[in-house]
Amino acid sequence: MRLTRRDALAALTAAGVTVGGGALFLSTGEPESTADGTAEHRLDESTVRTLVAAAEVLYPSEVEGTEEFVTSYVQGKVEERPDHGRGIADAVDYLDDYAVAWYDAKFADLVPSDRDEALERMNADTAAPDPNGSDVERVRYFVVNELLYGLYTTPTGTTLVGLENPRGHPGGLASYQRGPQS
Amino acid sequence: MTGDSDRTPSDRVDVCIIGAGPAGALVADRLAARRHEVVILEAGPRFDRADRIERMERSIRPSHDLPSVWDMGGERDAYTSTGEWFYPLNNSRVKGVGGTTLSWQGMVMRLHEVDFEMRSEWGVAADWPIDYEDIRPYYGSAESALGVAGASDNPFAPPRESPHPMPPFPPSHSDARFAEACERLGVATHSVPNARNSAPFDGDSKCVGFGTCKPVCPTDAKYDATRTIEKATDAGVRVIDRVPVQRLEHDRSGQVIDAAVYVTPDGETHRQTARQFVLAAGGIETPRLLLLSESETYPDGLANSSGLVGRYFMEHLFAGTGGIVDWRTRQNHVGFLTSETHQFYDDPAAGTERGIPPADAQTAAFTPIKLEFFNYAGPSPVGLALDSDIWGDELLESLRDAYGNSIAMGGLVGQRPRKDNFVGLDSSKTDDHGNPVPRVHWRVDDVTKRSIRRANEIQETILTELGAELTWQVGPEETGPAFHHMGTTRMGTDPAESVVNPRMRTHDLDNLWIAGSSVFVTSGAMNPTLTIAALALKLADHVDESL
Repeated sequence: MRLTRRDALAALTAAGVTVGGGALFLSTGEPESTADGTAEHRLDESTVRTLVAAAEVLYPSEVEGTEEFVTSYVQGKVEERPDHGRGIADAVDYLDDYAVAWYDAKFADLVPSDRDEALERMNADTAAPDPNGSDVERVRYFVVNELLYGLYTTPTGTTLVGLENPRGHPGGLASYQRGPQS
Repeated sequence: MTGDSDRTPSDRVDVCIIGAGPAGALVADRLAARRHEVVILEAGPRFDRADRIERMERSIRPSHDLPSVWDMGGERDAYTSTGEWFYPLNNSRVKGVGGTTLSWQGMVMRLHEVDFEMRSEWGVAADWPIDYEDIRPYYGSAESALGVAGASDNPFAPPRESPHPMPPFPPSHSDARFAEACERLGVATHSVPNARNSAPFDGDSKCVGFGTCKPVCPTDAKYDATRTIEKATDAGVRVIDRVPVQRLEHDRSGQVIDAAVYVTPDGETHRQTARQFVLAAGGIETPRLLLLSESETYPDGLANSSGLVGRYFMEHLFAGTGGIVDWRTRQNHVGFLTSETHQFYDDPAAGTERGIPPADAQTAAFTPIKLEFFNYAGPSPVGLALDSDIWGDELLESLRDAYGNSIAMGGLVGQRPRKDNFVGLDSSKTDDHGNPVPRVHWRVDDVTKRSIRRANEIQETILTELGAELTWQVGPEETGPAFHHMGTTRMGTDPAESVVNPRMRTHDLDNLWIAGSSVFVTSGAMNPTLTIAALALKLADHVDESL
């Protein structure tokens, strides 16, 4: 099942991001000034790369198009919610520091099995997600749950489970009336 | 809505309303339409509509508890629960413009005729001093004001004079399967009246199925009282937010209220004077403010010569049964209900000829029962994923195992008015302004427990007929409140037995009125907001007559 730009749009809508204008873009980098002089908030390229690497472990193997989806989703969301972006960036920094300490390489440079192991080794699988908690609790909140929220509030993510209109997605009023064969 | 940073009192106001929830909003809107000068004092903030989707995300992600979705909690909202049953007060209310309709489910049924006549018909509790016919026209107006999607397909509903403003939401896939099983058992199912748009209504869009109606709808499709506040504001009503009223002050004679004393966020204290005062602060804060407003003339609190302010606190109790079937139930697409049955409401003891056994006790041994067919049975995939300690393919496999075959029924069971269930003051604990906090003293009595068991029995029979393997049940020992605060300033004709008269004016004070479910004499088992709205419109007529 391929995640598409349309899925990112859907996920962003569910996250409250006004789609259009500068909200959806694929470029990365430091905050830039727009023509009217206001600052845009973006995650840097390294942070996005780390999130994509995490998603490749967190998402099921049936999902394709992860890089485009994650990049569009997180950048669009961060532009709308800069504080949230700072939380993501800080959590990713910790994730990278941890990977360097244990594997001598940044998280995104690890093979998938080591990324999986690193997340489990730091207890990100069992930690309580808390945006104001410990380093690991913030990884759980800003990396693991952030990416899972993006996937499982999109129809593409939950159609894998048999649900076309998940909680948090404005999928209209038709699907709930249909039987399973429709 | 426009913000109002000037929090000084208004001059020459006809009516001061305390509380910007549905009751206060509707009273204000109706009185403004009749060219009265109205000001509303609201303890909580005016929430930014643009934040609603972020609040929705907070409601889905497991790190944030329910009260935090609408910024409840902390010193401002401190309370104590001292009864046999713990009462989770801050899960059950929102302080702010719009009130608890910001987080409500949006189910809007009329009470049945029998609810007004429990003493006469069942020989229990008490009769209201008004009957269904007195409130019937206001129910129609309330359905228009709230924008109700519904149908006249309920054979148990009280008589109505006109269709609902919008057509009902079509039944869900699982509704159809429930209907088949119920028909075999002789149980009639029917649509649910919903205060959400099944079609574009009054400038607001139709529901788009976010599925998170409670605790937050991120669109305008579900009614909340900000919709009415906007109309009232356009008609000239002034809303001052973040100004908790500390006390009401009466004149020397003790016959009329002179002023509402409130505090602004920067600590200034002001007095808002008016000709009439309407207290619409909900079933907890309304009695609390009356009790806080004690004086030499009224040492037990205002409007409390009966000693009943805060007494007869009632709730609705949840009863539920669920299980697993061998077909796909298609749950969690939307966050609201589309079918229910009121068949066991007027007579919970009655069975059917084809499968529901009669109860082993008489009708009067129960309270009313309303039964619902869920559209959100079982876990939602996103909720499971965010709580899971696995990911990747393993997580997907577990989601596929967990989602898809759940089915469930819920229901509300009424509670009789009991004097020993009450809302009082707890002087051992204070809020952010040094006032004693509300104390909720509540328990679930044997009649209510018996009614919950009866609801469970009917639910089990229906689900078994549907072929379900029953896996869970919320019975009398596991039940909890439906977050409907009722009865704490009850209505009546005898000043010794009630707090307000049938016009909802307090017996003790000539210009103090109470809007909201605190005036309910009995609870029924219907979600109370439509009745709150109807009574508010009735109250507005009476206040208008007094001006």
